[in-house]
Amino acid sequence: MSERVLGSLSLRMGPAQVVFLALLAVLVLGAIVGGAEFMSMETVVGIQQRSAALGIVAIGQTLAILAGSLDLSVAVLISLTSLVAAEMMESGNVAGGVAGALAVSVLVGLVNGAVITKFKVHAFIATLGMTLVIKGVLDHLYDGPAGRVPDSFQRLGYDRIGPIPVSALLWAGVALAVWFILTRTRTGYRIYAVGGDVEVARLSGVRTDRVVIITHVLCSLCAGIAGLLLASRLGAGAPTVGTDGGYDLESIAAVVLGGTALAGGRGGVAGTVGGVLLLAVLDSLFNLLEVNSFFKDVVRGVVIVAAVAVYVRRRKS
Amino acid sequence: MKYAIFVVLVLLLAAIALANPFILEPAGFLAFVKRAAPLVILAAGQYFVIVSGEFDLSVGSLVTVEVVVAARLIDGNEAATWPVLALLLALGLLVGLVNGVVTTLLRVPSFITTLGMMLILSGAVFLWTGGAPRGALSQTFRIFGRDTLYAVAIMVVVGVAAVLLTRATYGRTLIATGDNERAAALSGVRVTRTRILAFVISGLAAAVAGIMLGGFAGVSAQVGQGLEFSAITAVVLGGVALGGGRGSVVAAMGGAFTLEAMFTLLNLYGISGALEYTLQGVIIIAAVAAGAVQLPRLTPTPRKGDAHAS
Amino acid sequence: MRRSTSLAVVAVALLAAGCASDKPTATVTASQGATAPQASATESPAAGTGEQSKFFVQADYDAQLAMRTKQAQGPADKPWEQAIDPQMTDTAGYKKSGDVHLCFSNAAVNNPWRQVGWKNMQAEVSLHKEITKFTALDAEGKDDKQISDIAELTGKGCDALIVSPNTTATLTPAVEAACQKVPVIVFDRGVETDCPVTFINPIGGYAFGADGAEFLVEKVPAGGKILALRILPGVDVLETRWSAAKVTFDKSQLEVVGVEFTDGDAAKTKNIVSDYVQRHGKIDGVWMDAGATAVAAIEAFEDAGLPVPPIVGEDQQDFLQKWKDNNLTAVAPTYPTYQWRTPVIAALKILKGEEVPKTWKLPQPKITAENLDQYLKPNMPPLHYALCGCETLPGFPANWGGKG
Repeated sequence: MSERVLGSLSLRMGPAQVVFLALLAVLVLGAIVGGAEFMSMETVVGIQQRSAALGIVAIGQTLAILAGSLDLSVAVLISLTSLVAAEMMESGNVAGGVAGALAVSVLVGLVNGAVITKFKVHAFIATLGMTLVIKGVLDHLYDGPAGRVPDSFQRLGYDRIGPIPVSALLWAGVALAVWFILTRTRTGYRIYAVGGDVEVARLSGVRTDRVVIITHVLCSLCAGIAGLLLASRLGAGAPTVGTDGGYDLESIAAVVLGGTALAGGRGGVAGTVGGVLLLAVLDSLFNLLEVNSFFKDVVRGVVIVAAVAVYVRRRKS
Repeated sequence: MKYAIFVVLVLLLAAIALANPFILEPAGFLAFVKRAAPLVILAAGQYFVIVSGEFDLSVGSLVTVEVVVAARLIDGNEAATWPVLALLLALGLLVGLVNGVVTTLLRVPSFITTLGMMLILSGAVFLWTGGAPRGALSQTFRIFGRDTLYAVAIMVVVGVAAVLLTRATYGRTLIATGDNERAAALSGVRVTRTRILAFVISGLAAAVAGIMLGGFAGVSAQVGQGLEFSAITAVVLGGVALGGGRGSVVAAMGGAFTLEAMFTLLNLYGISGALEYTLQGVIIIAAVAAGAVQLPRLTPTPRKGDAHAS
Repeated sequence: MRRSTSLAVVAVALLAAGCASDKPTATVTASQGATAPQASATESPAAGTGEQSKFFVQADYDAQLAMRTKQAQGPADKPWEQAIDPQMTDTAGYKKSGDVHLCFSNAAVNNPWRQVGWKNMQAEVSLHKEITKFTALDAEGKDDKQISDIAELTGKGCDALIVSPNTTATLTPAVEAACQKVPVIVFDRGVETDCPVTFINPIGGYAFGADGAEFLVEKVPAGGKILALRILPGVDVLETRWSAAKVTFDKSQLEVVGVEFTDGDAAKTKNIVSDYVQRHGKIDGVWMDAGATAVAAIEAFEDAGLPVPPIVGEDQQDFLQKWKDNNLTAVAPTYPTYQWRTPVIAALKILKGEEVPKTWKLPQPKITAENLDQYLKPNMPPLHYALCGCETLPGFPANWGGKG
């Protein structure tokens, strides 16, 4: 496809559509290269399983970024909540484990939001600091994987309905809920307003601090849900599962790939879902071609930068 | 209060001296300076980018790339040292140039540009060497980071150059750009060129830091890991505002010394290896929060969304 | 009536087909050598070594230390085919003829040790004509990705699946699921189930840690100050190394003046060692749980103008070279990368129906002053691991980054 065709096509579309178009293109490419193997049940399920956790975190990250903030502490929070959940569930108390993990998430989100708004610490530093705080606690308390989740809870990570894993349904549920908040509630409207121009929002009567705190609580909650999902996948909690997964920078990359502006105020959930799926399908294609991980990093880097360059050019015109 | 960080630094150094008076001796002090040198240089480079309103997340992997490339190209051959050194500086310059051009001309937020660059660099270099470093550094190469006097001298030269640069016209246009891009452009500042140059300076600084770290500790596959965050933290500790427009390069370098002093102190007082991170996190947030409270903005600049995108 | 019944039957069948789980129904948690961790030993930490790790298991420790002196069975010049105390298991049920599609779920290739191993495995595969297809997926150090990778591989028509787990406990359910479909071979780290046909690894972390600590006890005079350098907390294979060293040090007359984490970072290592040398005036021995930063530690002594004390490293090329050049008092326990060859050999044996050891323990030699020359290969890259068993493999030394 020539650049002109691509350009005129993309002129009519928002970034979210562009990313789904790219997704489609990669899927077609995969089908051509991989044939039946790429379209097999295992591959389709694999793509969804691999993207569910990142997808849930990225939905939360979308909220933070839309409000003009960002959250680097999601990776360690995922590790922490996986451990809290698995340790509390060891006695068989699933509800307690879920509640515990979510409570910890809310607390972390509150602190992040409060430090950013009340102490006027830049989100980058505030959440980087939170990362160090949690990392220290994790290193201090845990030698390795701990806790055990009951078999019943593991079904969350392993069951599927036909080709659709429960984890993907959970992701879809989170995405729908956040989509609803963003497009159908006043809170959503305020998040866009604060991310668009915080002063204008303040002048028009929005309690901007409260909005930023709410988005950080929701963002941390998403990380907590991802932690729960990973605990169910792993059967235990693990102190490095979040950082090993690179969920901090990868979630930001996925959000931006989905067309949400890093400066805030523009974008949405649909694009993020597309961004995560695009990364996952690319991964599957790489798997199929047995590309080594160093080459993957190069391609990922190029794709992310190129995508944003395309979006920005279109916004200008 | 612009140099409040140096009060903190002096306090930290005093605390270190209480437990270990060696730092008061010339040899001890120089050893501390040498240890801080790579981070100080990285912070100086990062200052230019941050004060212009941008981020450079690629410096950590650029440091790794410099060391791995040096080892493979020099391959233990003393004669190859100088040409390779020139090439390494050129490489840093080129990476900075690409970061700058993509950020300004293609209008990709620098957070994303340099995040992408970070992935590309670390992937590409190990693609080239087949997964792990190969070759070896020469003794001449090692001297710049290993010999205390060389290391301190290089740091001083870089520091002085950075200060001179900020005192020159460039420094003022840089701050103007970071403070209010449009106003700067209207008053005749070439905003694009100013920002590109800031990235080039950061890339060069990373190259120098890489040369020194490789010299200090030898070939390693993860020498640069996490340095981007340390450098940004150092700059911010120095009171430089993320989002641009405020701060001094001297204070940024002071921030790097402070960070290094903090590591040394925590180590010295034997804080449990793990909880050290927690304490670091609290201190960094507290320091930046204190700075924000102490220094209310005299000239309110519109805070548009978050400050990290142009 | 008939119609509605058949409709119901179809509906039930559809439901049954549709609602599936990739999780094995019965979770067997019989463990592989992992008896319940003991409550931390009651003896008080005497030598400044801190509390014993939660991972310390006395029975495993005793078994590993005993294995060090046992004679391994198998061809003398091929340690990767040898086994210590093999308890053979029958594999007749897996016998098949014809071409082999071999699959491999790799935890990561993110460090030089895994790089060398991965090259060993690829070269081993290329030796066997009957392997017509070799599918490998790299989990990039992510547990969750590896779980999906394993599930995906089991659906790709593999004749046998090799797994190198990223972490022990967390990969167990995925491996159990795979066991129900294909013969599974696990190596390096284990899993907490005995469903794999064979579990391959060298003697292990306790032996590694004890080898180094015992050397220091022998070489450093009583009362000597020891600095212990560890990479990271919380990694099971590294925890066992330190916990075994701790046991040895606690029984000795040595004083462990510090246990520090280096993050595997050479600059940080050098700084830590310099600080200790400066503070204590003298360090009489250095113990390490992995060799990647050994040369940096040595240089810290050189830069301080002090003789290098007895030191523990690993079989990395740069350390061996430094040892030889400077005539150091050193020892290099190993965790040989030749173990990456064994799973391929095991898979082919299993598919031929030949019996294999259920727990395949490979010998784990240590490099000493006596056999240093045998392992030092000057033309290999600095982070190459000497015990690769790769010298006769196709593509050596170029594929491993060597010259000549």
